[in-house]
Amino acid sequence: MPKVIKTKTEFEGHVFEEYVVVEGEGLSAWEPQAPLKFVGQKTPRIDGPERVTGRALYTFDVQLPGMLYGKILRSPHPHAKIKKLDTRRAAKLPGVRAVLSYKNTPKISFRQGQTFVFDEIVRYVGDEVACVIADDEEIAEDALELIEVEYELLPFVLDPEEALQPHAPKVQLSGNLLNGKPDLYERGDLDQGFAQAGVIVEGAFKTQCALHNCMETHGSVALWEGDSLTIWDSTQHIFGVRAAAAQLLGLPLNKVRVIKKYMGGGFGSKNGLGKYTVIAALGAKMTGRPVKIMLDRHEENLAAGNRPATVQHLKIGAKHDGTLTALELRASVGAGAFCTWPPSVGGPARQLYLCPNVKTEQHTVFTNTGPLSAFRAPGYVEGTFALESLMDELARKLDIDPIELRLKNYTEIDQMTGRPYSTKGLREAYERGTKLFGWDLTPRSPSLKGRGGSPPTLGEGLGERFRRGFGMASQIWSGNGSPPAYALVKLNPDGTATVISGTQDIGTGTKTVLAQVAAEELDFPIEKISVEIGDTQLGPYAPLSAGSMTVASVGPAVRVAAHDARQQLLDIAAQVLEVPRESLTICDGLLSSSAIKEPVAVKDVLEKLENFMIIGRGAREPNPEDVTVNTFGVQFAEVAVDTETGEVKVERIVAVHDSGRVINPLTLSSQIEGGIIQGLGYALCEQRVVDKATGVVINGNLENYKLPTALDIPEIVFEMVDQPDPRANNLGVKGVGEPPIIPTAAAIANAVADAIGVRISELPITRDKVLKALKKE
Amino acid sequence: MATKAVRAKKLKVAIRGPGKTAIKLTVNGETHELLIEPRRTLLNALRKDLGLTGTKKACDEGTCGTCTVLLEGKPIYACMALAIECDGKSVETIESLSKDGQLHPIQRAFIAEDALQCGFCTPGQIMSVKALLDENPNPTLDDVKRVLSGNLCRCGAYPKLFQAALRAADLVRTGR
Repeated sequence: MPKVIKTKTEFEGHVFEEYVVVEGEGLSAWEPQAPLKFVGQKTPRIDGPERVTGRALYTFDVQLPGMLYGKILRSPHPHAKIKKLDTRRAAKLPGVRAVLSYKNTPKISFRQGQTFVFDEIVRYVGDEVACVIADDEEIAEDALELIEVEYELLPFVLDPEEALQPHAPKVQLSGNLLNGKPDLYERGDLDQGFAQAGVIVEGAFKTQCALHNCMETHGSVALWEGDSLTIWDSTQHIFGVRAAAAQLLGLPLNKVRVIKKYMGGGFGSKNGLGKYTVIAALGAKMTGRPVKIMLDRHEENLAAGNRPATVQHLKIGAKHDGTLTALELRASVGAGAFCTWPPSVGGPARQLYLCPNVKTEQHTVFTNTGPLSAFRAPGYVEGTFALESLMDELARKLDIDPIELRLKNYTEIDQMTGRPYSTKGLREAYERGTKLFGWDLTPRSPSLKGRGGSPPTLGEGLGERFRRGFGMASQIWSGNGSPPAYALVKLNPDGTATVISGTQDIGTGTKTVLAQVAAEELDFPIEKISVEIGDTQLGPYAPLSAGSMTVASVGPAVRVAAHDARQQLLDIAAQVLEVPRESLTICDGLLSSSAIKEPVAVKDVLEKLENFMIIGRGAREPNPEDVTVNTFGVQFAEVAVDTETGEVKVERIVAVHDSGRVINPLTLSSQIEGGIIQGLGYALCEQRVVDKATGVVINGNLENYKLPTALDIPEIVFEMVDQPDPRANNLGVKGVGEPPIIPTAAAIANAVADAIGVRISELPITRDKVLKALKKE
Repeated sequence: MATKAVRAKKLKVAIRGPGKTAIKLTVNGETHELLIEPRRTLLNALRKDLGLTGTKKACDEGTCGTCTVLLEGKPIYACMALAIECDGKSVETIESLSKDGQLHPIQRAFIAEDALQCGFCTPGQIMSVKALLDENPNPTLDDVKRVLSGNLCRCGAYPKLFQAALRAADLVRTGR
């Protein structure tokens, strides 16, 4: 019988309390040394063949009979009122089937009332104005040129600090500060903490606005069949899109189906419903034909989200032995034109180190720029850069090794709740990382003694022009996973099994990991397992694939479902084979019993049952109430800085992370390397540039927005602590998608500071900043 | 202070063209006759007119390499060629690689090394590696990096891409 429980879940620095239904048998985690056949193996992706042959069907590839294409007209102005909108010429162009705007569509409130799907006020360059639906994209693009819009230009503001000034133009009627007040967190007594400090360090740190640039842009295909709507969407949350689309379009849930088979990246930017989805649905309704809207690369970089720029004023007080006494952070975050969910920039300052007196204050500010969205460890990447940079300065000032300083302030207690961590492998990560990197052997540690501001070391073997530096940074992140998440495991009459869940693979290898879990619990060969995900009509609910929570949320539900299916199979087999149930075991998909001579294939039992299908059901168990489940890690960077050009070359990154038990070391290693490489881009080259005079994004493309290429990749070495976390869930796993991007930029910045002896406190660390810093030296 | 609003000038472009044109395109060994607008890119012709959606579009302006195909055996960005330019020429796409249900060694190497995450840029990368190995069956790591420097991967599968390309070279050389 289903049980309803109340549970707390943490998602990306925010804690929620919710009711969840738990069903199936509670299973305890496998023992750390338990002999496992599939879990822990380097299993290649079970959907690899689809992906390497071009047969994998992405939303971008969906082509339906009679399908039309939509192209969106976007505002060229950062803030304006549409005075006149004339679509008649566009509508007359041959091949144009409809032109949608606020004039002929229902007024649909969007982003919790901050805008409408078609608004008469546009609030950033790229805001949606109208949409042409035509036989082909080229025709739609031609038609966009024929739409006449007269704008009444309104004053605009692009900079968050300026937006907080009393007479700044209002981006949102309610004011430019999200929720009308800053997010405040306090513990202890800050003044007293600073009074106790022997040393105080402080600094202002700036991080840039970064663009996701998923290779597959955002987009949807909408198809109406009668009053039922099917949406193919490049999304990280099929059930979230279903709920939001149903609500906005006034449809019951059973009339909306959302499908996402494969997607070309998301990184947080595809967590929710997009306007393009609603517009595609409206256009399809209006024309009676399926409609596809995929953003182009430029639109993607205007309207599909970003990691917002931050300004962080951070102050740390410590005793002379390095013990932290006070930590204060004031952060401002540029939300763009809309925001319902602020990233938690203060998270690392609140959680990473033992400190009794902490205050964080975050202003999330509306500006007339493209709206923010989650971006791989939102807030924590930015916050960690500031915190770990300043911790490095503190170490320098106190003449303590940076690792020693961090160990000095190590905490086994989650200071936000007072609960202990379920497991915390950070100490081990420091130890192993130190060895792996050769931290104690680097010129850094010996020369640090008495070095203060003394000239940095020359890069050995690089010539006088280059300087080499070493740095490190730590990481904390939730990654705990949580209910609600459900799964089914079906056993087919031929002895194969199908895992079904309404989760989605955003490129991490979800299907493979779920197959491994099911194969382990069923004790079936993994070739007998298939996994069906990404369809709301098929699977029970699973959460969004974000927050490093997919494996830790859905995996345990799959295990329970597989266990349920296995129990049913044993019940049935005992009766079919006429043997005592207790005597039956399953191994490699074969049933054995002391009461029969030869093992019997599952197929031979199930085929006797006239196509009966065993259906196992599973739910994710609630998170433990008395401990906090978090992920931890450390990264070390070695850089060479060219003092003539200012170029920073990252030569080596060493990482050790604690994400609990590792289910698949192969796909996990892809996550680690990928996270580090994104962190590298964030540290050195990625930055959205907005023209101050016009509010136009001037590098919203892949030529001028600089992503790391094959030629920029350093040597990456990593290890996992790989200690199962038995309290976390029945798999002992924690998430791994986001942790590896968190400390990379900070570690690189610390290595650069080590190399040139000057702190660069603004990302990205581009050549101009290095050269400027070298002059200060 | 807030910046004052300014009005950006909008460029007016007259739109006309010669209309649809007939071309012959040989794709993966099969010749197709197509009637297409001159502005149709090779990429759109492959995807929309021939239904070969294995070749992906990520930028449509020659900056990412996702749509890499082989034209007369040489790698090109399919978004940067007009289909009419390819009239009478031969194009190889990702769909040509696996034969009789057997994956090409490059494809097997990509799976074995996990040289992909979301997989959207994978077909283009595989075609780049194919072009490299067709020319140079014994590439160095530097050769591989140089060839793949024109194929962006936002998931950051690069280290595994390098390994996969080298493994593929080995598989091809040894005829496995």
